[in-house]
Amino acid sequence: MQNKPRDNIFMIKIEQLHKSYPIGKESLHVLKGINLEVKEGEFVSIMGSSGSGKSTMLNIIGLLDDHDKGKYTLDGELIQSMDEVKGAKLRNKFLGFVFQSFNLIAYKNAWENVALPLYYKGVGRKERKIKAMEYLDKVGLKPWANHLPNELSGGQKQRVAIARALVTEPKVILADEPTGALDSETSDSVMKLLRGINDEGMTIVVITHEHDIAELTDRIVLLKDGQILSDEHTSTYNNKIKK
Amino acid sequence: MFDIWREIFQNVTKNKLRSILTGVTVAFSILLFTLLFGVVNGFKNSFMKNFKDDASNAIFIHVGSTSKAYKGFQSGRRIRFENKDYNYIKKQFGDDIEFITGRVFRGEQISYKGNKDRYSIRAVHPDHKFLEVTVMQTGRYITNLDLKKRAKNIVIGRLVEKDLFEGRSALGKQLNLGGINFKVVGVFSDDGGEREERTVYMPITTAQGIYGNNQYIDQFVLSSRKSMSVDEAIAFGKKIENILKARFNIAPNDQSALRMQNMSETNKEVNSFFTILTVFVFVIAFGTLIAGIIGVSNIMVYIVKERTKELGIRKALGAPPSHIISMVLYESVFLTMISGYIGLLLGGLILDWSSELLEDYGILNPSVETSQVVGATLILVVSGAVAGFLPARRAARIKPVVALRAD
Ligand SMILES: Nc1ncnc2c1ncn2[C@@H]1O[C@H](COP(=O)(O)OP(=O)(O)O)[C@@H](O)[C@H]1O
Ligand SMILES: [Mg+2]
Repeated sequence: MQNKPRDNIFMIKIEQLHKSYPIGKESLHVLKGINLEVKEGEFVSIMGSSGSGKSTMLNIIGLLDDHDKGKYTLDGELIQSMDEVKGAKLRNKFLGFVFQSFNLIAYKNAWENVALPLYYKGVGRKERKIKAMEYLDKVGLKPWANHLPNELSGGQKQRVAIARALVTEPKVILADEPTGALDSETSDSVMKLLRGINDEGMTIVVITHEHDIAELTDRIVLLKDGQILSDEHTSTYNNKIKK
Repeated sequence: MFDIWREIFQNVTKNKLRSILTGVTVAFSILLFTLLFGVVNGFKNSFMKNFKDDASNAIFIHVGSTSKAYKGFQSGRRIRFENKDYNYIKKQFGDDIEFITGRVFRGEQISYKGNKDRYSIRAVHPDHKFLEVTVMQTGRYITNLDLKKRAKNIVIGRLVEKDLFEGRSALGKQLNLGGINFKVVGVFSDDGGEREERTVYMPITTAQGIYGNNQYIDQFVLSSRKSMSVDEAIAFGKKIENILKARFNIAPNDQSALRMQNMSETNKEVNSFFTILTVFVFVIAFGTLIAGIIGVSNIMVYIVKERTKELGIRKALGAPPSHIISMVLYESVFLTMISGYIGLLLGGLILDWSSELLEDYGILNPSVETSQVVGATLILVVSGAVAGFLPARRAARIKPVVALRAD
């Protein structure tokens, strides 16, 4: 009973996390004892060279994959061997995802894509549409509500994806290289959008390998060979604190 | 519940190619199924119609000329039944015979007032009514009293009355048969078709008297006792044949002097033929359906594979495994049912459209029965579910991270 409130300070708490992938008879040790704590309302970026284990870590945090060893607590809830039914429920309730390749459903238009998580939440159709339109408005795409993904630009697609991640009002947004497929100008505007969301209190974890992008967050966790090399606040954060 | 159907409807309509692919497979297999059953049913219908005419335990005995010399008689001798043979058979086999009649055949011009036409005449014993399954519409049939009095009474078919009396009743009227007046004492109908209903019956003794003053009988028709099994009835027919051949000094292996047509035998053959045919058709139809199911299953596997990424996205957004399973399953059932019905409808239309053509080939009124339609529908739903289940479960089990990496 004593430990519980202490855990609750952290939205995400990872202790001694290990993950390996079997490759034939061998096994590839990707995460080698990760310790990470993310408080509610933080805006964190994870950096590291390609293959350093960033996506693997984010997938485990996102309950899309399970870990081998170590302890992972999400919003005070200990995540053990993943039960798919429970996993689906937790993802729907606590997590919003943004992917590099957008991952919109091609035959659904913008608002239908945004409304999809609400469908799995059990929200009625009318309310789904109202909510979806509200969040499309928030990312500035209300006029595009009835357009299919292939009628939108990359930046617009990513905004739809962000609206979709937000629509269930989750606790954490997880974004794996959200600007990886965008030009720098569009990247900046997407990051501004995420910043705005963070300002409203949302916890956000972003993977990127661009330092400029990482600098727009509050904290940079640097991964190397499956271990955390450094974990420091950005100048953006420091300037914010000074003010 | 409604929501998931909306999802599935969107999947089906927005992914036309794969829907059409599945649909065509199922529709084609059900189309084949329908055609097969329709044609076989039509085949059965026309067969059954031919046998509806007479009692199923009837035995027909025809006579002709001998084709073999036997016991000092030369071949080519003409055999003729007479009234004494009728009495003989009745005496010998009375206990085993249900009904028996002789038949004398004639054709006569029949006229009433201005109307006339040629009709076939059958001169018979009273039992003929039961052997031919004649149904009296008005009046009565030929009686023993008619035979005794050699009465000039006739019973005419429904269509004879229609032809000659133009809708008025023929009962009690005098008809002219080749110059001799007969009184109509009854009008009948018969399931055997138009030919039967254009027939005229008269007492056998009357015909013998008028048309030759003899005792000749062209043919016997009799039926075996009802309690006999099919095999007993067949044996009974053989027994009569042997005894009559002995009576007329006909060689046992002479095929033309005495010809027996035992309906029990024919029915047995027809029944076993249809049993074999039905089994055969079931095997083929079953095979067709199985092929359809495997086809759908393959396409479902392909669909699930093609959609792995989408299913991964849905999982990431919170779709539970049960939802993934029911989505794939419902889609499979939905597609199978719709396209199955299209196949059924198409098959029905083709049968309908070609039924006139098929009639020339002895296939009458080809169609599928309600029970077969219901059966096929059930099979469709079940097969849709079976076809969808394995791929659905596989899809549900894929880890979201693996599904998302697909492409
Ligand atoms: N499912 C998997 N099976 C085998 N190896 C994998 C799998 N997923 C990732 N890896 C390997 O793990 C390492 C880390 O991958 P990842 O976390 O995607 O790196 P990053 O996102 O930092 O580029 C890479 O070497 C990659 O090849
Ligand atoms: Mg990566």
